[in-house]
Amino acid sequence: MSVKVLYFAGLREAMGRSAESVDLPAGVTTAGGLRDCLAGQHEAIRTAKNLRVAVNQQMVGLDAPVADGDEVAFFPPVTGG
Amino acid sequence: MTVSVQETDFDCGAEVAVLSAGDDEAGAVASFVGLVRGGEILAMTLEHYPGMTEQALQKIVDQARQRWEVRRVRVIHRVGRLAPGDQIVFVGVSSRHRGDAFAACEFIMDYLKTQAPFWKKEETPSGGRWVDARESDEDAARRWSGGN
Repeated sequence: MSVKVLYFAGLREAMGRSAESVDLPAGVTTAGGLRDCLAGQHEAIRTAKNLRVAVNQQMVGLDAPVADGDEVAFFPPVTGG
Repeated sequence: MTVSVQETDFDCGAEVAVLSAGDDEAGAVASFVGLVRGGEILAMTLEHYPGMTEQALQKIVDQARQRWEVRRVRVIHRVGRLAPGDQIVFVGVSSRHRGDAFAACEFIMDYLKTQAPFWKKEETPSGGRWVDARESDEDAARRWSGGN
């Protein structure tokens, strides 16, 4: 069970990578669960303010489900326009 | 093509002309152009989430179409490195009457600001910095959900 995790903007720089494959630990079923799991390993995620998440390229809440093969992106609030 | 994400510049006049070309039902065209502000900024770099960006913009256009009677819509957002004075974003809408074009154009910009995955990094004399999201942009998007 693994997901493709993407990082953008300031979070990408703080993580030192734009993408990685992450094995979903048993019991992790939501975007928020994955965030908490990654936060345990990376200070950049632990300290990120107002982290946003997209699952399979749709902006979702942290309660959104994640499953094997999903693309999960974490990023700061958007600033385009 | 409704939505484009591109590094190259765009021609506002040409984009506006296309919105009503050959369509004699169109009675109004409203457009917005966003520019890079100067000041202490030397340049900025626009990053985005390829694939999601186009979908997010199309979804915003679809929502505008559900709310207002619009005919043609065009959204162009540039990415990459831009200098003060450069054009960043174009939104154009045609409709039978001006009210729909004005409202849809503003709605698309307000939603783009909070829903489309773009990020700006500014280059200043003291180094690079990521632009923080503004609460006022969230407020601008929220006002559309409070009734019309």
